[in-house]
Amino acid sequence: MKQYEMVVGLEVHVQLGTKTKLFCSCPTGAFGAVANTHVCPVCTGQPGVLPVLNRAAVELAFRAALSLECELAEVSIFARKNYFYPDLPKAYQISQYEQPFATRGRLEFALKDGSSKSVGIHRIHMEEDAGKLLHAIGSEELDHSLVDFNRGGTPLIEIVSEPEIRGSEEAYAYLNALKAVLQFAGVSRCDMEKGEMRCDANISVREKGETRFGVRSEIKNLNSFKNVRDALEFEFRRQVEAVEAGQRLIQETRLWDAARQATFSMRSKEEAHDYRYFPDPDLLPLAAEAEWISRVKSGLPEGPVARRSRLIKDFRLSSYDCEVLTSDRALADYFEAAAASSGAESAKTLANLMTTELLGRINAERVEIADVPIAAPHLGRLAALVDKGVLSSKLAKDVFAKMWETRRAAEDLVAELGLSQVSDEGQVKLWVEEAIKANARAAEDVKAGKDRAIGAIVGAVMKLSKGKANPALVNRLIKEALGC
Amino acid sequence: MTKRPFELTVEEIARAVREGRLSAEEAVSSHLERIKSIDANIRAFLLVLEDFALEQARIVDKKRKAGRPLGLLAGVPVAVKDNILVQGFETTAGSRILKGYKAAYDASVVERLKREDAVILGKTNLDEFAMGSSTENSAFFKTANPWNTACVPGGSSGGSAAAVAAAMCPLALGSDTGGSIRQPAAFCGIVGLKPTYGLVSRYGLIAFGSSLDQIGPFTRTVSDSVLALRVIGGRDERDSTSADKSVEEALSGWEAGIEGLRIGVPREFFIKGLDPEVEASVRGSIETLESLGARVEEVSLPHSRYAIATYYIIAPSEASSNLARFDGVRYAFRAPGGQGLEELYERTRGQGFGPEVKRRIMLGTYALSSGYYQAYYGKAQRARTLIKRDFEQAFRKVDLIAGPTAPTAAFRFGEKTEDPMAMYLSDIFTIPSNMAGNASVSIPCGLSKAGLPMGLQLIAPAFGEGTLFRASKALEAARPFPGLAEVA
Repeated sequence: MKQYEMVVGLEVHVQLGTKTKLFCSCPTGAFGAVANTHVCPVCTGQPGVLPVLNRAAVELAFRAALSLECELAEVSIFARKNYFYPDLPKAYQISQYEQPFATRGRLEFALKDGSSKSVGIHRIHMEEDAGKLLHAIGSEELDHSLVDFNRGGTPLIEIVSEPEIRGSEEAYAYLNALKAVLQFAGVSRCDMEKGEMRCDANISVREKGETRFGVRSEIKNLNSFKNVRDALEFEFRRQVEAVEAGQRLIQETRLWDAARQATFSMRSKEEAHDYRYFPDPDLLPLAAEAEWISRVKSGLPEGPVARRSRLIKDFRLSSYDCEVLTSDRALADYFEAAAASSGAESAKTLANLMTTELLGRINAERVEIADVPIAAPHLGRLAALVDKGVLSSKLAKDVFAKMWETRRAAEDLVAELGLSQVSDEGQVKLWVEEAIKANARAAEDVKAGKDRAIGAIVGAVMKLSKGKANPALVNRLIKEALGC
Repeated sequence: MTKRPFELTVEEIARAVREGRLSAEEAVSSHLERIKSIDANIRAFLLVLEDFALEQARIVDKKRKAGRPLGLLAGVPVAVKDNILVQGFETTAGSRILKGYKAAYDASVVERLKREDAVILGKTNLDEFAMGSSTENSAFFKTANPWNTACVPGGSSGGSAAAVAAAMCPLALGSDTGGSIRQPAAFCGIVGLKPTYGLVSRYGLIAFGSSLDQIGPFTRTVSDSVLALRVIGGRDERDSTSADKSVEEALSGWEAGIEGLRIGVPREFFIKGLDPEVEASVRGSIETLESLGARVEEVSLPHSRYAIATYYIIAPSEASSNLARFDGVRYAFRAPGGQGLEELYERTRGQGFGPEVKRRIMLGTYALSSGYYQAYYGKAQRARTLIKRDFEQAFRKVDLIAGPTAPTAAFRFGEKTEDPMAMYLSDIFTIPSNMAGNASVSIPCGLSKAGLPMGLQLIAPAFGEGTLFRASKALEAARPFPGLAEVA
């Protein structure tokens, strides 16, 4: 049977984290706000209005381009993309077309097998977002549509990769790496659920060894990285089956239906819009001065790769731990803030608490790092308590749960609940003696060399001590008492 | 005999109000009465803001009584072309599609007028979306030329020109995309300034051809035009194409004499189709300037013959995009009936726009289509560069270019409505200046045998308004402009 390969290029829209919109001073971040409250004459397309470019948005866009090692255009041009739709108040979107501000960058990232991959960035351009149509209120379907312009005019960049991605796992890794780079550069929070990062995928298939491209389809409505991966897998199979069956593929746009786990044709190339792009006469060409660019460059925060190396070096953490901690800038920031309280010597315990307890809870409850009820210094001190022997790791988990519920500091909870670990030898010895008495059979077994039997005695000590006995001490004292 | 307030110039009213010899209310009332007595025959106004105007006037009078300083246009009634937004009042751009649209904000120029204590008197008629040269394309009614009511006032700013010529106001704002201020100024015998592109903010002007549009004043005297420019001009943060230049920079030297001023007369502006009477009066004015000490020589603008063709690619292309927002979704007219989104668009735009606007939207949509873009829009942009270069070359030799504003004096209603090309040719001499973005003005240069005014066009390099006014002022002194139109 013939071998096929998947050829993928991704178009990623990212919302720039500015306070105001791209061409007016309305606030961004209207997600969840009452409809049409973050609007003005400019972003609702009243007659006579004119756009004024947001300098902060340009800076964030350039940060993204610099972080992705792009070439920056001396002059870029804003163009109008003309089409009618009720969520587009001017009936054109201000975008960049023939002369985008950034081209020819690249993104390097690690794959699961530990190898590294580099994908070219074809171009990045700036554009404004459209509004939103509502077809229902709550569960009630409307017989008309409503339009909300809060999101209209929000600054976006579109990052177009070269078609150099060769599989769904590579696509998944590319997106994660891209998200981390943009978050670390302070370009965007990249929260997909809030639409701050959106992805369209272009995919074609070809026989392995073939250098020409096949006929591509563009897949839209991919709301998560997982959707991207699943949709690419489905589309790969669909295209391969079609080719195998001798069918001719057509260039088309397809929609991913996550519930049915399949793509469906939306429109073919022939039905595509003619956007009648032309340079927007209301905006001057954008010329960034070299001096300004170098200032933006020098102000760039540390990227995820550099951050990872530094964490490994400064805190002696495993590369796996650092990979996890730097997958998200907010998480990395949280770690460093916590480590400042725990001390570097407790960093490993802290990292364990974060990768297991904290991330477990975050994923289970679907909260943002920013909304985590445990302040970073509090978690740092919890790690220190474990390392000082005040708490066992098991108790630490209980304290963690209490901290999450009450937002209080670890020390306070430990004191209040009397949870601190008992390491007093005299006290522990009394518990050990009582436990051996009550488990004579097990004691004999241990003496006879059946090490595993010790568990029953340890368990009894823990029961007697209400879990507070220092486990290392318990083990030692049992062995001493039984003379082994 | 003392003059009635409506006969006064902008400067005279502002001075009299500031000095307390005339109240703003008297000034405004006098013009309101004038409108009541003659506008039924002229029909310059789409909307007269009687209550609002009187209220503004009383505020100015109170301010004076309180001893607070008054602005440059204290108590001066100003009419505003109805494609410029005045907050709270209907702004239609002469189109059915905007009928009922209440402006959500003030245009920057209106804000500046109000800041200088001017009184907004009303909104004037125009060709729909400023597309036309006779004001006959207004969706509402035609405006008559005050000099002969069987004739058009020119266009597209016909209402503003007629209002000033007939003394219904001493100052009106218009907009000029291809001659829409200068040509009606010529037809109505007044001063019409198209400032340099970027000198006056376009924020709040309903866009037609964004790279060509410019707001400017109509006045009856040259120094009134200077004063109006001082108020409305200058950098505006809300318009990215607004130049970082002050009006004073542009006006520098305007009061100097014209001794030694070099004036170029482009041979391409004296062609077949130019009315002999217009030619004679234009040449007469140029001779007057020469006799006052200017040096006159012939220049050439070889690519100006492509100006109309180029204009009718660029302006409609931009218009097709600018007018796309009038879709019936958010404001003003929405056609009743119909099913679904496509029909909403088709019916609203089909019923809302008039034939000339539709013609230009279709022209522009075609010119921007993929596959045709380079052949039309791309080529037109290159031609535009050549036209611009012609001016640059000419301005190396001369300070100013002089010629006719329009090939003829005002024509009769209906004379050119059947033939769009004939109508388009009315702007043949004015379009090049919009293409180049430089400064130009039309000033009256005489009356035809039929008693219709004719205009001389002066063109200066960008931000050369001072030079325009230098020559205009000299000519006004040497050859006093024909007086107010006699309107029954």
